[in-house]
Amino acid sequence: MSSSEVLAGEAEGNGGIMGQQKNLEGYVGFANLPNQVYRKSVKRGFEFTLMVVGESGLGKSTLINSLFLTDLYSPEYPGPSHRIKKTVQVEQSQVLIKEGGVHLLLTIVDTPGFGDAVDNSNCWQPVTDYIDNKFEDFLNSESRVNRRLMPDSRVHCCLYFIAPSGHGLKPLDIEFMKRLHEKVNVIPLIAKADTMTPEECQQFKKQIMKEIHEHKIKIYDFPETDNEEEMKMIRKIKDRLPLAVVGSNTIIEVNGKRVRGRQYPWGVAEVENGDHCDFTILRNMLIRTHMQDLKDVTNNVHYENYRSRKLAAVTYNGVDNNKNKGQLTKSPLAQMEEERREHVAKMKKMEQEMEQVFDMKVKEKIQKLQDSEVELQKRHEQMKKNLQAQYKELEEKRRQFEEEVNTWETHQRILEQQKLELNRTIDKGKKKKIF
Amino acid sequence: MASRDNEEKRNLSLGGHVGFDSLPDQLVSKSVTQGFCFNILCVGETGIGKSTLMNTLFNTMFENEEASHYQNGVYLRPRTYDLQESNVHLKLTIVDTVGFGDQINKEDSYKPIVDYIDTQFENYLQEELKIKRSLFNYHDTRIHICLYFIAPTGHSLKSLDLVTMKKLDSKVNIIPIIAKADTISKSELHKFKIKIMSELVSNGVQIYQFPTDDEAVSEINASMNAHLPFAVVGSVEEVKVGNKTVRARQYPWGVVQVENESHCDFVKLREMLIRVNMEDLREQTHARHYELYRRCKLEEMGFKDTDPDSQPFSLQETYEAKRKEFLGDLQRKEEEMRQMFVNKVKETEAELKEKERELHEKFEQLKRMHQDEKRKVEEKRKELEDEMNAFNRRKVACETLSSQPLKKDKDKKK
Repeated sequence: MSSSEVLAGEAEGNGGIMGQQKNLEGYVGFANLPNQVYRKSVKRGFEFTLMVVGESGLGKSTLINSLFLTDLYSPEYPGPSHRIKKTVQVEQSQVLIKEGGVHLLLTIVDTPGFGDAVDNSNCWQPVTDYIDNKFEDFLNSESRVNRRLMPDSRVHCCLYFIAPSGHGLKPLDIEFMKRLHEKVNVIPLIAKADTMTPEECQQFKKQIMKEIHEHKIKIYDFPETDNEEEMKMIRKIKDRLPLAVVGSNTIIEVNGKRVRGRQYPWGVAEVENGDHCDFTILRNMLIRTHMQDLKDVTNNVHYENYRSRKLAAVTYNGVDNNKNKGQLTKSPLAQMEEERREHVAKMKKMEQEMEQVFDMKVKEKIQKLQDSEVELQKRHEQMKKNLQAQYKELEEKRRQFEEEVNTWETHQRILEQQKLELNRTIDKGKKKKIF
Repeated sequence: MASRDNEEKRNLSLGGHVGFDSLPDQLVSKSVTQGFCFNILCVGETGIGKSTLMNTLFNTMFENEEASHYQNGVYLRPRTYDLQESNVHLKLTIVDTVGFGDQINKEDSYKPIVDYIDTQFENYLQEELKIKRSLFNYHDTRIHICLYFIAPTGHSLKSLDLVTMKKLDSKVNIIPIIAKADTISKSELHKFKIKIMSELVSNGVQIYQFPTDDEAVSEINASMNAHLPFAVVGSVEEVKVGNKTVRARQYPWGVVQVENESHCDFVKLREMLIRVNMEDLREQTHARHYELYRRCKLEEMGFKDTDPDSQPFSLQETYEAKRKEFLGDLQRKEEEMRQMFVNKVKETEAELKEKERELHEKFEQLKRMHQDEKRKVEEKRKELEDEMNAFNRRKVACETLSSQPLKKDKDKKK
């Protein structure tokens, strides 16, 4: 992702929401806004972290001193080539420099021991670790609840020094750049350019750029601008990549002028002479025109890549990554929110199902109870009926019995009556006979 | 892998012109290319002159329908415009509060305003928290300034004003302004301003202070702070005064010129708001008001910066902890629901058992009753049987008896 892609988005301006175009009929004054921004930025001060990587003795310290016209590296603070280490170290030094009211906190990160061992496998590991650690620090301080001023110690630019063999890139060069081109802005430089003639240099540069393209290494690319003049300059710079530089700590007098240069028996190689080397181009590009862009690309591209990879790992811990590929726009919190919503829906469904089963079971039970009640009731009715029938039968029997009794008694009475009457008659007869 | 972290920062002097003094220019040119964003919220009663003031401030006619007084509630109407002045592009959003102060019950009038401001913060926060985000491309809708329009009664602030400003002062930069200032005389205005400021102070309302830490503008800002609240007059009509045509309001007794500093504070407002402090307003919104919102929101969600042992959390740890907590929470909820069901089932089972028992009891009782009845019937039957037996015996006895005499008679007759 080159910085030009980044800026294409920026030029669209503020997220793409189009407001109504309005023409002003008089001076309002917000054209003063840039001045306000200027003042505030000067007040805040600036920071820049520059990393220099390359084998010992390639002139890295000298170049840094020449670039910033100061003794960053000195006998008290020796450069990386003088600090011989057994393994690759990554070390930083910070200096405060002021110019024209502008304060710059410059951090130079160097890598003593890089490429100097016999076996240089993984010598880039400490470097990538360092860069990632700085990203991690920034990510953590950006994510705190209480955020204070966030110091930006991320590496904004990496100058990679290529030895002037004149043939091509070494395997270590290729490997290193491949490992770092997606973490930091890589600017490859041909060191000690005064050991090659202009033609050799031209050839060397062509070869290097060819190999860079072959291996798909993405070195720092200049952003497109609308300004025609600027674009012309940028194209000129691009033609001369990678920049071949010469550095010097000594000032020599040449034709009455005091210049930085290297004195040889056959002449002086001037550092700031465009015909002698590309130092001026480097300085102008790195410091005077593109320093801010280097910071922006680090922030908007390299850091964001790191961050999204880190957060994706945290969010989708344990979840199948394939099905989530299209959802990387969510924050881990939004992801949790969605999971929560899913869970609520699942619980609701579960609740409903349980409710259903429960209701059904209850219904069943109640139905059984009812049936049993009905059954019992029926039986009870049946028994009652039986009893009633028995009662009735009994009643009937009694009635019959009583009727029988009545009849018999009546009959008896009649008999009795008859007997009585008979007896009376007999008695009467008897009485008659006697007479 | 060591890094010399505790090294002192050395101050070095330069042996020539390096060129990083162009850094502010590089930064400025970047931001000019990107364009700027500015969002103004106008809070004030219907008809107090919000739209007119915006038109006057920006020298353009933003279209506005006049609002009626019969809105049910307060609602916010944002409108976005693209303006350009020399090479500076400004995306200006003006948010109007429609219906403010019109309802009979104004207790909740401030709520839609606070909600709108919070929503813009929330949108920004969501973008900031996304995994794949594009902040540099983001259309910032957060409110940078709230112009609070005070009615020119000449007496004091209304309670609605105090309540609203108190609710807003921790969320947005507030500049109070006295609207329609051409209805107040100079002496009344002076007293009015003092009264307003003292009421604001005594009620603890934090209004925006023009910054005095930058030497370039500290003097002018300090003097302007003393003129708050600004008494403004807005007008888009032009009146000829002398040999100039100026924006003004024409009265029978004179012409009130908008840009005349002895007539009103319009020029001061424009100076402060646009020409001097626009960037500071944007910065304060981001660095203070937004951070406060963000902090509260994150704390609400349970994020902390340090664990109980005061070890700072890394982002990864924080998210992982949050996630564990979250999953635990979900699990717990599931358990709770299951438990609730188990209880429900137990309860209902007990109920139904009870019912079953009652039913059985009822039928036991009926059975007993039935047994009773049966017994009674048996008794009665027995009774009847006894009676029948007794009767039969009687019958037999009688018959035996009655048959004898008849035999005697028969014998006699012979």
